[in-house]
Amino acid sequence: MSEATTHDAHDHHDHGPAKGLMRWVTTTNHKDIGTLYLLFSLLMFFIGGAMAMVIRAELFEPGMQVVNPHFFNQMTTNHALIMIFGAVMPAFVGLANWLIPMMIGAPDMALPRMNNWSFWILPFAFTMMLSTIFMDGGAPAAGWTIYPPLVLQTGDAFPFMIFAIHMMGISSVMGAINVIATILNMRAPGMTLMKMPLFVWTWLITAYLLIAVMPVLAGAVTMLLTDKYFGTSFFTAAGGGDPVMYQHIFWFFGHPEVYILILPAFGIVSQIIPTFARKPLFGYSSMVYASASIAFLSFIVWAHHMFTVGMPVAGELFFMYATMLIAVPTGVKVFNWVSTMWKGSMTFETPMLFALGFVVLFTIGGFSGLMLAIAPSDFQYHDTYFVVAHFHYVLVTGAIFAIMGAAYYWLPKWTGHMYNETLGKWHFWLSTITVNILFFPQHFLGLAGMPRRIPDYSVQFAEFNMISSIGGFAFGLSQLLFAYIVISTIRGGAKATDKVWDGAEGLEWTLSSPPPYHSFSEAPEVK
Amino acid sequence: MSAATHDGYYVPHGSHWPIVGSIGLTTLLGGFASMLNGSTMGGKLMIAGVVIVLIMMFGWFGTVIRESESGYYNEQVDKSFRWGMSWFIFSEVMFFAAFFGALFYARAFSIPWIGGEGNNLMTNLVLWNSWEATWPTNGPANVGGDYQVMGAWGLPALNTLILLTSGVTVTWAHWALKKQNRSQLILGLLATVVLGFLFVGLQAVEYGHAYHEMNLTLESGIYGSTFFMLTGFHGFHVTMGATMLTVILFRAMSGHFTPDRHFAFEAVAWYWHFVDVVWLGLFIFVYWL
Amino acid sequence: MSQNKSVWLHRALLGGAMLLGAGGAVAEYGLNMTQGVTEVSGEVYRLHMLIFYICCAIAVVVFGAMFYSIWKHRKSVGAQAANFHESTTVEIIWTIVPFAILISMAIPATKALINLEDTSDPDMTIKVTGYQWMWHYDYADEGVSFFSRLDEKSNAARQMNSGIDPASVEDYLLNVDNRLVLPAGKKVRFLITANDVIHSWWVPSLGWKKDAIPGYINEAWTKVEQPGVYRGQCAELCGKDHGFMPIVVEVMEQGAYDAWVAAQKATAQNDSPVATVVAAAN
Ligand code: HEA
Ligand code: HEA
Ligand code: CUA
Ligand SMILES: [Cu+2]
Repeated sequence: MSEATTHDAHDHHDHGPAKGLMRWVTTTNHKDIGTLYLLFSLLMFFIGGAMAMVIRAELFEPGMQVVNPHFFNQMTTNHALIMIFGAVMPAFVGLANWLIPMMIGAPDMALPRMNNWSFWILPFAFTMMLSTIFMDGGAPAAGWTIYPPLVLQTGDAFPFMIFAIHMMGISSVMGAINVIATILNMRAPGMTLMKMPLFVWTWLITAYLLIAVMPVLAGAVTMLLTDKYFGTSFFTAAGGGDPVMYQHIFWFFGHPEVYILILPAFGIVSQIIPTFARKPLFGYSSMVYASASIAFLSFIVWAHHMFTVGMPVAGELFFMYATMLIAVPTGVKVFNWVSTMWKGSMTFETPMLFALGFVVLFTIGGFSGLMLAIAPSDFQYHDTYFVVAHFHYVLVTGAIFAIMGAAYYWLPKWTGHMYNETLGKWHFWLSTITVNILFFPQHFLGLAGMPRRIPDYSVQFAEFNMISSIGGFAFGLSQLLFAYIVISTIRGGAKATDKVWDGAEGLEWTLSSPPPYHSFSEAPEVK
Repeated sequence: MSAATHDGYYVPHGSHWPIVGSIGLTTLLGGFASMLNGSTMGGKLMIAGVVIVLIMMFGWFGTVIRESESGYYNEQVDKSFRWGMSWFIFSEVMFFAAFFGALFYARAFSIPWIGGEGNNLMTNLVLWNSWEATWPTNGPANVGGDYQVMGAWGLPALNTLILLTSGVTVTWAHWALKKQNRSQLILGLLATVVLGFLFVGLQAVEYGHAYHEMNLTLESGIYGSTFFMLTGFHGFHVTMGATMLTVILFRAMSGHFTPDRHFAFEAVAWYWHFVDVVWLGLFIFVYWL
Repeated sequence: MSQNKSVWLHRALLGGAMLLGAGGAVAEYGLNMTQGVTEVSGEVYRLHMLIFYICCAIAVVVFGAMFYSIWKHRKSVGAQAANFHESTTVEIIWTIVPFAILISMAIPATKALINLEDTSDPDMTIKVTGYQWMWHYDYADEGVSFFSRLDEKSNAARQMNSGIDPASVEDYLLNVDNRLVLPAGKKVRFLITANDVIHSWWVPSLGWKKDAIPGYINEAWTKVEQPGVYRGQCAELCGKDHGFMPIVVEVMEQGAYDAWVAAQKATAQNDSPVATVVAAAN
């Protein structure tokens, strides 16, 4: 590893940021870009959440009251696309930007200008995506999985949606390339791979997944485009294609994608728990191997989303067994977290609460995932609210909880201010209680036979839907508290110490709070 | 910009090229989308977008070249570029994988299924009148009408030869660069560029033939779809590669690159080899087998 | 909103009970998967319960350990942090044990799956075609065929702000104009396809759903012993009225079934007039 000191073209000038709005538009600084990503992600979370509120309002009681069925489907579709590509992924990239250089002792990301571009594509992509709501025929309404032939019935929005997805893909691939180059090339001397914090490891693997599958999504949606406008027959039986072929290509992307949405969360939780247990992470190397196994397996399980499409039995069996296997490395992770707490000396500040909430609720989501993996049972669960419950447990109480935990954990480092601990705890408890009121009853709805993606339902499903909607509104309102806490911490508050947390370990805590504009101008020593 | 040598990791100051790139990309794609929706403005917007993207690329790469020539980039920066380029090529591999996947899926599954294999006997009997599966095919509904199959041993074989040769010439140029033999370097690059564009030209001739004489088009069912999408994206990549090689050629002519510092050359050469390998896959699975 | 509070409370409590692992007992309250009316649906139900209980057991162990630790190893009760951070033995154990558990799940799952997919030797065959937004049934052996759509009353009530209380409509959104009629005790094979976009044919009591893919035929089968009416819905997003294309299966004794077939033939229902209507509607 060569020396990792910083140097810039105008080093006789000050090292601080440029002034005004252009600072944010032209910045090449990993902290600025990280901030942009995180704020963008918060905005998207609120927009996607507002759409979820429309969904829950329509489902509040039987009958059609709030929106028409077509608009309902537009909400479902865009809610998911925005939450996944606009909220969770950019939040993780924002955290990567802020933290990876600080954690490995680097001056900045490896490719700073490209880093800026990765971010600045996103506002354009999502403006394009959201503008489709006002187009002739409305926004895309075929679900986030945009299956043909249905999606080919989309109106003017169709090509805009495809190109918005292309742009999101370009952004993620560039972001991922940057992360890999940074991790492989910018570590401080002595920071060997097996000394890297787990957040860095999980991001390395995530970046690999991103580069492997985002282009496949790009290919899939390109085929949709040519099927619609250029007369190709990829997904039409008459010409020798197959609508199900799209599903295979989509899920070859889509399944690794869901691990893209959780691996960095695993990393975050693996940073937080040891800090507040005041005890080193149990089974560091098995954590690394488990993450790698999950990533590997994620490439060979995709068709568990397609058990009902009529695959040959041998295919169904293969995908069932492979999917079940993922429980093993994921279990290793859960057991390691519990063992880290075992015989620790635990305290329960807000980040720790979110991490603990994550462990319990993500595991519940994992269990329902395992149930879905059982092909014959999935014949009953598939496309019902049981699936909706499963993925919101892993996504909301998984990914989103981890992101919120991360925000509380590192905010004092980023801003130099302590957040309000009391409000933080309120936020955690409100979120945890309401999110379960929101999503737990959806298991029952699914088992009782309520299909997903419907704007209206038979009266037997009324009570649980109303409970779920009430939980949903309450959970949504609780997130206003989060926004308030974050903003007020940015603007002021008690001064944070450099180490912030009693049990914190790692290079980022050796820097001042907030850290200097260029973190490690001189490479730190790593023992 | 001072020309002093630097030994730290070069972190550039703010740059406006990315935002220009975003505006260009959005204009380009937004224009294309409007065009597909039948708007008359679409085409113009799209061209404007292309122009903005080109300006961005000239500006951005220009800056990078200037910085590189001024010696700002130490070995570690060079390594970052190498990692960046390698993973970019990997992403391109996966992009092509999607289309190869479609080809294999059609050949191994959907066509035989429509022909009644596996658990699809009824598909064949009830829906497709006992249609017999073959490859190549435009599907049981004879989509796009009768067409002729593109043989492997005419132009495509010649193109294979051309591309393989260009892989040799670019390597030959690389050796020259390492031996500091500038005239051989320029000759090798020139030959590569010429072969590259020759390939693209012949491909265009082949397309013209397919469309005008063979009734083989994008609309010729799954065969036409996979044929043109795979060869089309490949041809696009060859064009990009040949254009980049041209830039490298001009840079070589103006004395850039040293035997131990010539990342741009290598990056383009890697890219060229990648395009070459994809072609071999195409030649085997699209034209030959 | 007409349901009374105590029913709610009741169900919420049962929900809590189910969370604690008392699943089977509350099945009849619509919290759990239906046991269905076929052999395979029962098999699927038992498999579902098996996996569910195993997951509950693992949850008790894992969360138990975690909460014990949270309780006992708190700084506020003076816990001192130990410093161990690996143990190859336990790590091997907790890799192998879950693996073994998974195998014990995979065996019954494999059996059920193979049984579900075995469409051989049917007594009769029905072709099912999904349309936006209705189903078409074609009794291959009888020459009887017809469309099946959402019934009038549900359709009126489901319009935007219709003013009709859904609770006042019998089987709201789960009722059709023409039911699919099947004979009891016969193995019926379904040939499932679609005419426009993908749909999915699902009646929970039969224990499975199968996608209807345009251009391809998927096969499935059922054998219902018990006469009765079983309801389901389209289970694959198929456009704006995806929520409004229910399925109703009526199973009759052989005699009644034969009479039904005869009546169908007598009214000379064939699908061409309907088909023209559909074509015009599109
Ligand atoms: C963060 C995202 C995320 C994560 C992590 C997961 C994790 C898993 N998912 Fe999930 N899934 C989604 C997001 C995610 N999923 C989404 C978005 C969809 C729907 C997409 C759509 O259709 O729109 C979906 C749908 C989905 C389906 C398709 C359902 C259907 O449409 O019919 C299936 C089927 O197999 C499945 C399985 C699994 C499994 C087995 C895991 C496993 O990784 C879980 C492993 C974890 C555990 C099992 C718990 C911890 C383990 C232990 C404590 C060890 C001991 C345990 C045992 C031995 C049992 N998921
Ligand atoms: C990371 C991903 C993610 C996240 C975070 C969420 C978050 C939420 N989701 Fe979503 N969801 C998906 C991913 C996600 N979802 C996916 C992939 C689908 C499948 C789509 C498909 O079928 O194609 C889906 C589908 C889906 C459905 C099924 C729709 C259908 O099948 O028709 C529902 C229904 O309840 C739902 C609800 C919610 C709710 C209530 C939240 C809440 O957690 C949101 C909470 C946040 C806020 C509410 C915003 C903050 C607050 C305000 C804006 C203030 C205003 C508040 C009020 C007025 C109360 N989601
Ligand atoms: Cu038909 Cu959904
Ligand atoms: Cu999956």
